[in-house]
Amino acid sequence: MINKIVQSMAEAMAGIKDGSTVLIGGFGAVGQPNALIEGLIEQGATDLTVAANNAGVGHVGLARLMELGRVRKIICSFPRSSDPVVFETLYRAGKIELEIVPQGTLAERMRAAGAGVPAFFTATGVGTRMGMGKELREFDGRSYVMEHALVGDVGLVEAWEADRWGNLTFKKSGRNFNPVIATAAKLTVVQTQHLRELGEIDADHVVTPGIFVDRVLHVPYGDPTGF
Amino acid sequence: MPDTAAIDFKPLSRVEMAARVAHDIPEGWYVNLGIGIPTAIADHVPLEREVIFHSENGVLGMGPAPPKDQIDPWLINAGKQYVTLRQGGSFCHHADSFSMIRGGHLDLCVLGAFQVAENGDIANWATSENDTAPAVGGAMDLAAGAKRLWVLMEHTTKDGTSKLVHRCSYPLTAVGAVRRVYTNLAVLDITERGFVVLDMAPGLTFDALQARTDAPLHRSA
Repeated sequence: MINKIVQSMAEAMAGIKDGSTVLIGGFGAVGQPNALIEGLIEQGATDLTVAANNAGVGHVGLARLMELGRVRKIICSFPRSSDPVVFETLYRAGKIELEIVPQGTLAERMRAAGAGVPAFFTATGVGTRMGMGKELREFDGRSYVMEHALVGDVGLVEAWEADRWGNLTFKKSGRNFNPVIATAAKLTVVQTQHLRELGEIDADHVVTPGIFVDRVLHVPYGDPTGF
Repeated sequence: MPDTAAIDFKPLSRVEMAARVAHDIPEGWYVNLGIGIPTAIADHVPLEREVIFHSENGVLGMGPAPPKDQIDPWLINAGKQYVTLRQGGSFCHHADSFSMIRGGHLDLCVLGAFQVAENGDIANWATSENDTAPAVGGAMDLAAGAKRLWVLMEHTTKDGTSKLVHRCSYPLTAVGAVRRVYTNLAVLDITERGFVVLDMAPGLTFDALQARTDAPLHRSA
């Protein structure tokens, strides 16, 4: 019997190594797997490369992981937030590496990773600082830059519903990067608001099929708050 | 240089600027509105004129902001403000959302900007080459990917420096992408000739507009 549901945070985080690339879902506070980020803080892995849309708010979650010196590099599209104090302090002090990526390129780099596509060409960033130093190719008279897939060693995802096979649904704008990350990571760990029996999620409504999911932890925390 | 101080005209307010853009968006278009003044454009498109608003974080068919007691904490836009979903609206993940953008499926994107050049270049994400923490979000994808890019911005900075320029001095968001600019003073198309004036604020003259604009302006034929 396949059972991807784990009973503890320790099981959910087991085996995550120092130096890992960790992809984290969420846009603002919506769909952000906060419990798993806290779990990663407890678990202790360090020297991490983290890819997420934002670079943390206040002193909690991703910001705390950075504040504890566990993140070597952050890959994101928008490091500013209502309170980016931790990131900005580390960045000014030269204690964290920043790779700024246009938001759609970030999503597509993850999608490509999940689809086994090592690189792709996009018009985004051509003629800008983002295109500098990258291979340029012309297709049908338009210039494109080559971007590489972004493979995660670990993906942290928040779902609305999950079953023991790892089939997932998401809630409204909580979907965002989560299904893409599930495909792009070698180890996809999910926190879910609701656990469902196998077959209870209508097959037509499954957004992420279980093949992309490794571990599921039940975290019924309620509604997202704060950005 | 004409005596511009003597001219009596009224620049558009931010609300009027947003309404001016809204007026030009036809039914049936799929539209992404950037963070800042462009977000307000949606308030001026009547619901019965069916324009479908898209937000980068996977919302298609966005409706107006909810009253405070009807906020849904799971429903935000790219500016991380609470929004609503219209009947017929849908959610998708980030890669699909940016396929809509990169794949040329959006009829229009309206962005704010620091500078727009007469060759259509836009600079809207950083004001120097060494910003402490540059943040680009989805602006480059939108500028390169939408079928049309319009810019909505003040005509000048607070100290009177023209934001319509010969060539951008700030880091670029996209090259040759802007088709039309709406400011508090004028509406201008970008053509092979450069900026062509389509409309001006009430009472403003072409010469007075030129005096407030770095780039050369052209009269529409």
